[in-house]
Amino acid sequence: MLAHAIFFYFFSFIAIISAIMVTVSKNTVHSVFFLILDFISISCLFIMIGAEFLGMIMLIVYVGAVAVLFLFVVMMLNVAQQKNQWFKSSETSTHIPVGLIVSLIIFFELIIVIGGWKYKPDIIENFSDSLISNSTNTHTIGSVLYTEYIHLFQISGMILLVAMIGAIVLTFRKREGVKRQNYFSQISREKNQSVELVEVKSNEGVKIDV
Amino acid sequence: MFEVSLGHYLTLGAIIFTIGVIGIFLNRKNVIVILMSIELILLAVNINLVSFSIFLQDLSGQIFTLFILTVAAAEAAIGLAIIVVYYRNAGTIRVEEIENLKG
Repeated sequence: MLAHAIFFYFFSFIAIISAIMVTVSKNTVHSVFFLILDFISISCLFIMIGAEFLGMIMLIVYVGAVAVLFLFVVMMLNVAQQKNQWFKSSETSTHIPVGLIVSLIIFFELIIVIGGWKYKPDIIENFSDSLISNSTNTHTIGSVLYTEYIHLFQISGMILLVAMIGAIVLTFRKREGVKRQNYFSQISREKNQSVELVEVKSNEGVKIDV
Repeated sequence: MFEVSLGHYLTLGAIIFTIGVIGIFLNRKNVIVILMSIELILLAVNINLVSFSIFLQDLSGQIFTLFILTVAAAEAAIGLAIIVVYYRNAGTIRVEEIENLKG
């Protein structure tokens, strides 16, 4: 239990420090790297308390896909060298003290709720999908996800499809002066437009107009 | 102190959530960092759901975390696509220079 506590404090310390560094670091690429570190330490926490499948999925989805997407966009847009100025440019605006006050109010409200909160006594018996102890986490998730939550699962697949199509449609652009394949004119081409029978005289050849 | 309870995980979630909110409020740099702060907030929500799911021995929290992961990935893709299009049109994505958004 002591090792559990030590690992918990270690990973949560890394997570909090890297979350702070995401917001305050001067370089956007460094922010992305600290975001990756944050996700890795949180997924270590998940694996530690027994949600192995979610920890691994978090590594795959966030570190493997989302963070790489962020890195691509940051490097593509050439914004990595913009300096962070959010303490200097604050003389005229009032949003920094307002933002700090609102954030601290949110934090203390959450802490008050966490500190003074108890379970309803008979809440444990009311759950339907209790964890089965003799099978793995992945097995248990699969047996629930594909039976009770199958409609939500398919709707989340639709969400991913719509997001993919939306991202493609948003970033697609037609450039001038670039030759592209035109499928419609390619398919609708017919024989009498493209093939011509020419009478060739001997020793004169034929001149082809294109 | 050495007994890691549900309150520890909830406190960690609250701290990361607050850092995400602070990052949204105080950011003057570019919109990408705001998107990263939104990812931090979703991460804090995931911590809360998973820790409740483990400590209450109920699997629904982990299922919902899976769906939140899906929505977060879709949101990141769409948000970054919008940022790319905006950068192509306006040439900047600094927060203080984005002022010609008309409703």
